[in-house]
Amino acid sequence: MQFPSGYGSHPPNYSAPSGHYSQVPNKAAASHLDNQYRASYYPTYYSSPAQNVMTPSVGTSVLNTQESQQLYNKTPHTVGSAEGPVQGAISSASYLHTSAQQSYSAFGNHYSTSVSSSVASQGFPLNSDHYAMPVVSSAVYPNVSYPPAAPGSVYGQAFTSQSLPVVGQVKETNKFSSQSTSVPHSLQQHVPVGYNTTLSTTSSAQSVQDNLCSNLTRSVAKVNNQINTGIVFLEKNLSLSISQKFAIPKAPNLNNFPSPAIDSSSTTSSASPVLNNYDALEGGGYPEIVSVFNTCGISFVLPETRSVTSSPVPAPSVPQTSKASKPFGYGYPTLQPGYQNAAAPTPVQPSNPGHHPGLQHYPQQYPGVNQLTSSIGGLSLQHSQQPESLRPVNLTQDRNILPVSSVPAPVPNLNSDLRKLNCSPDSFRCTLTNIPQTQALLNKAKLPLGLLLHPFRDLTQLPVITTSTIVRCRSCRTYINPFVSFIDQRRWKCNLCYRVNDVPEEFMYNPLTRSYGEPHKRPEVQNSTVELIASSDYMLRPPQPAVYLFVLDVSHNAVEAGYLTIVCQSLLENLDKLPGDSRTRIGFITFDSTVQFYNLQEGLSQPQMLIVSDIDDIFLPTPDSLLVNLHESKELIKDLLNALPNMFTNTRETHSALGPALQAAFKLMSPTGGRISVFQTQLPSLGAGLLHSREDPNQRSSTKVVQHLGPATDFYKKLALDCSGQQTAVDLFLLSSQYSDLASLACVSKYSAGCIYYYPSFHHSHNPAQAEKLQKDLKRYLTRKIGFEAVMRIRCTKGLSIHTFHGNFFVRSTDLLSLANVNPDAGFAVQMSIEESLTDTSLVCFQTALLYTSSKGERRIRVHTLCLPVVSSLADVYAGADVQAVVCLLANMAVDRSVSSSLADARDALVNAVVDSLAAYMSTASNLQQSMLIAPNSLKLFPLYILALLKQKAFRTGTSTRLDDRVYAMCQMKSQPLVHLMKMIHPNLYRIDKLIDESTIHVNDRVVPQPPLQKLSAEKLTREGAFLMDCGSIFYIWIGKNCDNNFIKDVLGYPNYASVPQTMTQLPEVDALSSERTRSFVSWLRDSRTLSPVLQVIKDENPAKTEFFQHLIEDRTEAAFSYYEFLLNIQQQVCK
Amino acid sequence: MESVVFIFSLIDCCALIFLSVYFIITLSDLECDYINARSCCSKLNKWVVPEVIGHAVVTVLMLISLHWFIFLLNLPVATWNIYRYIMVPSGNMGVFDPTEIHNRGQLKSHMKEAMIKLGFHLLCFFMYLYSMILALIND
Repeated sequence: MQFPSGYGSHPPNYSAPSGHYSQVPNKAAASHLDNQYRASYYPTYYSSPAQNVMTPSVGTSVLNTQESQQLYNKTPHTVGSAEGPVQGAISSASYLHTSAQQSYSAFGNHYSTSVSSSVASQGFPLNSDHYAMPVVSSAVYPNVSYPPAAPGSVYGQAFTSQSLPVVGQVKETNKFSSQSTSVPHSLQQHVPVGYNTTLSTTSSAQSVQDNLCSNLTRSVAKVNNQINTGIVFLEKNLSLSISQKFAIPKAPNLNNFPSPAIDSSSTTSSASPVLNNYDALEGGGYPEIVSVFNTCGISFVLPETRSVTSSPVPAPSVPQTSKASKPFGYGYPTLQPGYQNAAAPTPVQPSNPGHHPGLQHYPQQYPGVNQLTSSIGGLSLQHSQQPESLRPVNLTQDRNILPVSSVPAPVPNLNSDLRKLNCSPDSFRCTLTNIPQTQALLNKAKLPLGLLLHPFRDLTQLPVITTSTIVRCRSCRTYINPFVSFIDQRRWKCNLCYRVNDVPEEFMYNPLTRSYGEPHKRPEVQNSTVELIASSDYMLRPPQPAVYLFVLDVSHNAVEAGYLTIVCQSLLENLDKLPGDSRTRIGFITFDSTVQFYNLQEGLSQPQMLIVSDIDDIFLPTPDSLLVNLHESKELIKDLLNALPNMFTNTRETHSALGPALQAAFKLMSPTGGRISVFQTQLPSLGAGLLHSREDPNQRSSTKVVQHLGPATDFYKKLALDCSGQQTAVDLFLLSSQYSDLASLACVSKYSAGCIYYYPSFHHSHNPAQAEKLQKDLKRYLTRKIGFEAVMRIRCTKGLSIHTFHGNFFVRSTDLLSLANVNPDAGFAVQMSIEESLTDTSLVCFQTALLYTSSKGERRIRVHTLCLPVVSSLADVYAGADVQAVVCLLANMAVDRSVSSSLADARDALVNAVVDSLAAYMSTASNLQQSMLIAPNSLKLFPLYILALLKQKAFRTGTSTRLDDRVYAMCQMKSQPLVHLMKMIHPNLYRIDKLIDESTIHVNDRVVPQPPLQKLSAEKLTREGAFLMDCGSIFYIWIGKNCDNNFIKDVLGYPNYASVPQTMTQLPEVDALSSERTRSFVSWLRDSRTLSPVLQVIKDENPAKTEFFQHLIEDRTEAAFSYYEFLLNIQQQVCK
Repeated sequence: MESVVFIFSLIDCCALIFLSVYFIITLSDLECDYINARSCCSKLNKWVVPEVIGHAVVTVLMLISLHWFIFLLNLPVATWNIYRYIMVPSGNMGVFDPTEIHNRGQLKSHMKEAMIKLGFHLLCFFMYLYSMILALIND
């Protein structure tokens, strides 16, 4: 409570200049506010101050919010009227305010007309801030028509504060000017840096606030004296002067970089005030940027340290309190120049209301902010407590690091506008949401840089745009996207290569609003994920029809396994749901030691089987009638599907001529392209592509070398490339009980962009779980969306380059992925490097464009664009790390490594990835105790996930793993999208015997309980409980021996534990609350993914128990560390 | 006799130089997207064995004619060629594999290798030329 008094003593400095800072008082004073604030704040990680502003107000009173919002909304208008072009988006409006204000404060008289409005706008932030403290003022502020007097007073204060420092300022400025002149280059370079830091430090804003509250409470008492504030102000002035100087020359440059501008907007709008302040404060230190940076920048953290470090460098240290107060007033002036510039050149714009002007303004604001920020970036960390994602976590002591519910994707530290526009993390994720500025910085962070894509995901909302001219950059061919900037109405600047392009006439018309002259409101510019209907320019040939060819193994082995019944049945059920149009074609080939074709030509009374026994030189007996129109020959097809399962029941043929069958299929498909689905049950033993068993069963649990992870022959790879060239994909279903050399067979799908399904020890009656899985997979497989003759290109901002691709496809040229088919369950990953330093930009963008032919014969382009901030400090890189993406990318890299080098190498590389990155992190935080294993909050799950990876089938050693299982796990890692892969690596464990209505969510009128995530450790499994493990493709329900009988009765439908059968795959519908809850929870989990997983109930004696327990990765096994041991091991290596 | 050895080496070296240039041109075509990975790799793989043989022949010739220095100079490169050929994984389509050439900077390393070989062969060329002239004069 010192705070309030301190605050009171300060009032002028405080209240006036820093509207935003008033938040601090809020927090300190009103604890309930605080709570709310936190709640709203942390989930979003970097939520910008603007949000904060809103939330506190909500907390205090509903009225206030409303009023403040009103204010908010209206202010833009007033400003707009004063300025002209301003309208529209609230956020943009807010920028304007700030800029206006800035200009106001800086140039005072300049904006005399706009003063009132600007004041009002300021009033807004003040409003929220002030709530806690001066109730009266808040009451006053809400008024839309702002009493000029009040603002005046506020401003007057601001001015006074400014005027006070003037002397100091002059001095400082001189210093600065001299510096600036002497080192113009460095300045420019620094600008972006600053900017980046700002972005990252939006979080710092948060932290600042935290600090502030703590600092304020503590330090206000000490620092309170006016003198200090005076100093602060001086510093501010300095920063101002600096920023102005820089900003003015920079402004033109900025124009070149539209994206930064946008960012800056974010900073300015919400977060910036704080940051600006920061910058301003630090700005004083600007000349010594480097040194400051080094000395204190990196040591983020504890308040104590902070104060210690700050003491040697008085200027930055003082700011803490002062900063908070200053930034506002000062920040504005800085921005002002930009604003002026912006305003001057765009007299034409008034016609454009909202967005456009906003965009323009941002760029100019950018320079000032950037510069300041850049210098401060490091400092901010020091001064403030770290943002949530940088909070150090002592891994060896913190046992509960799992979040309550699923791990959220980190939100890039962008302003709220951009964040809203940004691509969904489900489709597009980057391992580092703060992109390091240089390769050197990236190397220092020891984290991989890459993207994880899920471009063809099933979307519920997807804007589809039909247009005759698809607007693209003329030099880099980037599609127009939300992150481009409009220089004026007729020109836009590409955000990837910075070329200025013309806006075509047609683009001026907005079909959504039916208005003309608003290119920035077109759906292409409003959505980061769009689908464009392509014109004939995007076709090399007329769009192909959907063509499906099924190649079925009918040897003795296959008949014995009994898969034919399931496949034919599924096909019959889904024949009408196969994606396609009236041209859809379908065909069948079966093979054992010969290849059988089926003539299904319309007009035949029954299907005709044609047997080709010359497998060394395969040919098509009747090329025209093997692939037939689905609709014309439907009856014949149904006849065939009904007959097929019984046709080969007495076969004695044990050989399998897969290679020749595939060659035949390729010949059949090559005129059109399409999809080949191959069902194989054993090792191919005849003809081209025959394989020999390479697995030594005694080596399955070897801890040393695992051989034969790569293909044995290049036959399948060549075939895949041939297929890919003819737009044909091969999907492989391997249903085998013995070794079938998946490593070789998988190539046929890998390089033709197919998918791979593997059902080990499949048998239709002995293994019902696998049979059910096949059924479900087939249903999904047959009915899901499909894109034909697709190509995908990933573009990124100049300076970044993609050097490695992961997934199923063929890389045709440097950045063009050829995908014969694309399906919604395919994920891709790419690794990137930073070839040129990104110092002159504050944002980088990535664009994926997937051009495909839909099953209806339409050529479409799906475009995703992701925008991320660039940062210059190591701490910010860590703050933005997306641990799930990092782990998935590492998994992909490890698969490559284990094939090209060895499994042991790959495992070492995984462990080293953790060791290196944590060591690098700990070396940046010098104040951490070296004896502990500390990770930033953003990476706290990193060791756990890596341990989980090491215990995955793909990479584990010592535990008996069949070669095919291992290879299949590797294939999945390469081709699964992140969501599925994470479930596979680290399953979710829930306790379901005591589902309660607390913390439930409502989905479609259903109540879905949300039990907390449990650690994957046997210690969590109590005999009294029942647990559900969600492994992505399979759900295990484990029932403890002493599980409550009511649960068993209600949920499982059996009287007691003993009577629950071994093979239970469904939950019965029992009319009881707990049953309903459990079922709604399970079906909710199911609905969240495309593959409907199989459910398996496990009792103690169940053979599937081992599977279940292998997923408890935190426990020790005979061959692998427990989590704690693993941590100790890492710690040892880190300290080495 | 010695002059014959060097005349032959000179011709062989010329062929290797042309081969290196061909490699470089084809790889840079791929880099610039003029040809696709598949055709590039099939073109180049055809010439991997001739290159290995061509170089091995010179090396052996130098050993036989007891030109130790030139032999030792050639030995590492010849060994590298053979090693590279032998170490191709069984699933790959040759030293140049179209599915991998765009990954992990392989294209760049292939290019670098071709450049280094070109330099080496040029060096050898002048050495052989000098030795040949010397031998002819001595004869």
